[in-house]
Amino acid sequence: MKYNEVTEMKEISIEELKEKAIELRKTAITMIHKAQSGHPGGSLSAADLIAVLYFKEMNVDPTNPTWEERDRFVLSKGHVCPIQYSALALRGYVPYETIYTLREYGSPFQGHPDMKKCPGIDISTGSLGQGLSCGVGMAIAGKRDKKDYRVFSLVGDGECQEGQIWEAAQTAAKYQLDNLFVFVDNNRLQIDGFCEEVMPLQDLEKKFEAFGFETKRIDGHSIEKIVDALDEMKSQKNGKPKCIVLDTVKGKGVSYMEDVAEWHGVAPNDEEYKQAIEEITGGLK
Amino acid sequence: MSLLEKTLTLKKATREAFGDEILKLGKENKDIYVVDIDIAKSCKTSKFLKELPEQHINVGIAEQNAAGLAAGLATTGKIPFISTYAVFGSLRMAEQIRQEVCYPNLNVKIACSHGGLTPANDGGSHQAIEDMGVLRSFPNMTVIMGADYYSTRKLVEQAALIYGPVYLRFTRDTVPVLYDENEEFTIGKAKELKDGNDIAIIANGDTVHLALEAAKELEKEGISVKLVDMHTIKPIDREAVLECLDLGSLITIEDHNIINGLGSAVCEIAAEEGRGKVRRIGVQDQFGQSAPYEKLLELNGITKENIIKTAKHLLNTK
Repeated sequence: MKYNEVTEMKEISIEELKEKAIELRKTAITMIHKAQSGHPGGSLSAADLIAVLYFKEMNVDPTNPTWEERDRFVLSKGHVCPIQYSALALRGYVPYETIYTLREYGSPFQGHPDMKKCPGIDISTGSLGQGLSCGVGMAIAGKRDKKDYRVFSLVGDGECQEGQIWEAAQTAAKYQLDNLFVFVDNNRLQIDGFCEEVMPLQDLEKKFEAFGFETKRIDGHSIEKIVDALDEMKSQKNGKPKCIVLDTVKGKGVSYMEDVAEWHGVAPNDEEYKQAIEEITGGLK
Repeated sequence: MSLLEKTLTLKKATREAFGDEILKLGKENKDIYVVDIDIAKSCKTSKFLKELPEQHINVGIAEQNAAGLAAGLATTGKIPFISTYAVFGSLRMAEQIRQEVCYPNLNVKIACSHGGLTPANDGGSHQAIEDMGVLRSFPNMTVIMGADYYSTRKLVEQAALIYGPVYLRFTRDTVPVLYDENEEFTIGKAKELKDGNDIAIIANGDTVHLALEAAKELEKEGISVKLVDMHTIKPIDREAVLECLDLGSLITIEDHNIINGLGSAVCEIAAEEGRGKVRRIGVQDQFGQSAPYEKLLELNGITKENIIKTAKHLLNTK
């Protein structure tokens, strides 16, 4: 793996994307371990999508992070920023050697994404439920300015308990934002336990569909399926915003973290870290 | 002719000033956007919607979404003005403004009508008595309230020109036109309506004309009043406040809770500098109710008579 790659990523293979996802997971867990603070569970569940977006799908220029024509990425579930920071580092937005300053004083890698401190962050997020609205604003501007850029937003399933998500969704449908792609990281867990117990979300795919979205529900850890779903959806210029519900596993790739709510916002100790890196390096099962 | 001699016959609402100015600005600059929250008619943005639909977004009854959406627009170089009632624009989307507008310091303007007690007959739920206080506590935020039609137009124009979050508060009712059409206003620079050397009065918004009426009567009784229109409460014009404090006696008047608004902002300076006696006239930390606007002002002592009484009391206890 070569760091600080600023290469054209469009032709990357599925196998290479899988390797990227492994690197992203390792980097994110190392950041969190070093900081002894951060959110591993959701970072790992989102890793495969982030790999596809940053290394294949998004039209961006890491040497010019504010390029006007770029695709935008809105991490509405801002607490999983270690996985995004990892992508920014591996993609060459920031020098890789600076990445392990997560949550330190003066670091660009704040506990939640700060657009004024970190290149490549398109909007500051952290308070759940708010990011998607920002994505809608960006997508409307893109339409009005007749620009080709797209807006990708990642929201959590638990986050969909916030009413503002649905305010944003109805606005996306009204303004026919087929340049907006919403991904739900459906890992079924939130801080206090299973979403089903804390506050059941019903069928998120049907909900977004009812709000006027073109929807799909796929295995969120299958790089192939993510790539295929995106390819299919982006060809549909039908005025409908897009939503892909990704069925994922919180803590994916680290056996003791998988499906365990307690790993939402806890850093691994040295021993746990060693095991995590070994398991991630071994590849997803 | 000085303002003291002028008869104030023309009355216009500051929300009309916003509607007129934003339309003018929108025509001049295609990046100016209005984000409405279903109440375009009463916030006076209907003309903007009609004439500039490509620069208009109506999100329906969804304030929180409006704030985030405007932040997203701002990241692409637009200058969005969110338009709604003050109580919703400040409180319903307070956290969204904090997180998505002020924290990243984005160029979003919150332009709100129906400030203070002016939604009188709508009752306490619709009156905005905390808005300026809440928003002035957010870093990066500028907080403005014009006193009449022309000053409001100038301040809206200036808000569009400066970069960063601005809260602009307008009111429902018509208020006397105090200023000449060509009068210049600068955000953060207080407007002195008249100089004087016995006592100072600092007012903002719809209370400025009340202060002016009170000053006229005090002058008749031989009390020389310095009267200041503090249209920007953040950043407040510290020098102007200090000049007022130098007189020893100072009264603040506002249609806002006396906690956290203009009066508090002035008291912060007075306390830090350890000079001058200040009395705050405003909403007495109580909710309003459905009643005529005048009645609500009276219930809180926001009247010409109370200003005069307070001034005399202050001077007698000097």
